[in-house]
Amino acid sequence: MTEIAATAAPPAVVGRSLWGNAWARLKRNRAAMFSLYYLALIAVVSVFGPWFVPHEYTTIYGDYVRTPPSLSAYPKPDMIQGALSDAIKRMRVDIKEWHQDGSRVVVTVTSTKPIDDRNVRYLDRSDAFHDTRIENKSPDGLEATMSSAIKQQYFLFGTDNTGRDLLSRTLMAGRISLAIGLLAGVVAGVIGVVYGAAAGFAGGRVDEVMMRIVDVLYSLPFIFFVIMLVVFFGRNFVLMFLAVGAVLWLDMARIVRGQALSIRRQEYVQAAEAMGVGQRGILLRHVIPNLLGPVVIYMTLLVPQVIILESFLSFLGLGVQEPMTSWGVLISVGAKNIGYANWLLLFPAFFLVSTLFALNFVGDGLRDALDPKDR
Amino acid sequence: MLRYVFRRLLTAIPTLFVIVTLAFFLIRVAPGGPFNQERGLSPQIQANLEAQFGLNDPLWLQYVHYLGNLLRGNFGPSYNLPDFTVTELFAKGLPISIQIGSSALLLALLLGSILGTIAALNQNRIGDYSVIALATAGSTIPTFVTAPIIQLVFGLSWKLLPIGGWGDGAFINKVGPVLTLALPQIAIVARLMRGSMIESLRSHHIRTARALGLSDWSVVVKHGLRGAVLPIVSYTGPAAAALLTGSIIVETIFSIPGVGRYFVDAALNRDYTLVMGTVVVIALFTIVFNLIVDVLYAVVDPRVRYD
Repeated sequence: MTEIAATAAPPAVVGRSLWGNAWARLKRNRAAMFSLYYLALIAVVSVFGPWFVPHEYTTIYGDYVRTPPSLSAYPKPDMIQGALSDAIKRMRVDIKEWHQDGSRVVVTVTSTKPIDDRNVRYLDRSDAFHDTRIENKSPDGLEATMSSAIKQQYFLFGTDNTGRDLLSRTLMAGRISLAIGLLAGVVAGVIGVVYGAAAGFAGGRVDEVMMRIVDVLYSLPFIFFVIMLVVFFGRNFVLMFLAVGAVLWLDMARIVRGQALSIRRQEYVQAAEAMGVGQRGILLRHVIPNLLGPVVIYMTLLVPQVIILESFLSFLGLGVQEPMTSWGVLISVGAKNIGYANWLLLFPAFFLVSTLFALNFVGDGLRDALDPKDR
Repeated sequence: MLRYVFRRLLTAIPTLFVIVTLAFFLIRVAPGGPFNQERGLSPQIQANLEAQFGLNDPLWLQYVHYLGNLLRGNFGPSYNLPDFTVTELFAKGLPISIQIGSSALLLALLLGSILGTIAALNQNRIGDYSVIALATAGSTIPTFVTAPIIQLVFGLSWKLLPIGGWGDGAFINKVGPVLTLALPQIAIVARLMRGSMIESLRSHHIRTARALGLSDWSVVVKHGLRGAVLPIVSYTGPAAAALLTGSIIVETIFSIPGVGRYFVDAALNRDYTLVMGTVVVIALFTIVFNLIVDVLYAVVDPRVRYD
């Protein structure tokens, strides 16, 4: 697919290793490189982002339920009146007059009973105001003027059903989804490689039995397995996804076994054997380096599989539990609210889908880079 | 051929037996039982219920009973939907799931093959790239994202489709679920078709056909397609088994009363008989469709013989 720029190389260049070669080829693949940077960006933003977003992912803003995403600060000018009258209603007094004065609102309230100074807390409790003070009070205490600073808050991605900031939730979800993808992917990879390599190496009867076991596990409906694991491990999602990883190893085992079998029959391995290289030497020098390519390629396929599986389980309510969140959890909430709050679906879905795309392109790029037959 | 089919069906019996046995004991090992609800029943009632369904017998005896009933075609009563037997539940839900699934499969085979052929005929040109892009999108975006987006775009914004529901099988109610289910399949079929069509068009008999002056249409459709269709035939087997037994995501999002939801609900509620019923049905579908595919193989490709 791509060609090495051999012609451009100066004559004194030292030969490149398999991996150096692959890296050079990968660098030439624009889609793959862009995806790689994109994944790095998503990872950095998900891991560090939640510390920089001014909202905790669990903080509930009662006054901002299902607020649409917006680049300008909340409260919007037309929301101030509503928030103000809500807070004043809780004070059990009546608004006589209010106006906005720069970044503060000044409100005059009247009541049939003397107004207590502590009433300012009702304004402070609102998510829209803070720093409330009594400006002046009529001598009989039945009328008071208070002023309160407008609390400027940004909800770039809007807020969810209970008034939690969607941006911090999406980033937090990214942390969980990516972590689970990597964790379970590695578990599945390690089990698959060890099992497949063992079967491929042992060969004969042992191989036969080991692969029959894989066949039987294959024939059980996959979802059945996963649900059994959910049933066993319950709400502990780290344990559960370790277990899910332990289910996804079947393909990896088959691939590695096939590769191991075929590499062992290659002429260069036979040559090494003829020259008296021991089992260990053949394993380290020939089999493992040649296995790494397919393993790396399959790993890049495995991680998105796990992320999808996690989202799928969370979508069904079996995976990550509230208030912890993942892209699957957010998408499932979004899917239930598309009628009136479509941003709840669109933002997490964009994050999930773009990550899956990027992983896909990186996988394709790696396959092109690492598979010497596919040029 | 008949002998082959017969032999395959015979070898399916031990496979089915292993699957049933594994599933039976796996679900029994899981903690909890069908009558341990959050608001517990009184111990006396629970004991009576368990006695009524024979859940107090030793496990091996229950297993023997279950196998015996299964051989007589009796899947037993559902524990959580006590008014129905498992057979009744499937009789109600399976036709719905099959309708949705088979429509999606047909759509995917038709559209996927056409797209794949277009891509193969325009290799490394714009037509090819757009099909590849479409296929990548189709196979990357999970159904639990496409389904709500289809609802959002076609249901809420454009008001072309109902947002969900079965509507007694009205055509308009099936469009959303079928489309959602078909999209990833279209992607896979198109990709398979592209690859195998490119391969097939390179073979000698195609060159001969072209040399004989046959029209493009006849070269591609009559001769190229026949060689290219094999990978798709073998893909169709497992795909059909998976699609026809219902998709939990699509059936949940579009509120379709099919069988896709049974498995998860039953396993979570320890509705043992319904879980086992689902396992058996899925296994049967898998076995039968794989057999059909192998037979089709011989029909499509005369080089394949079963003797």
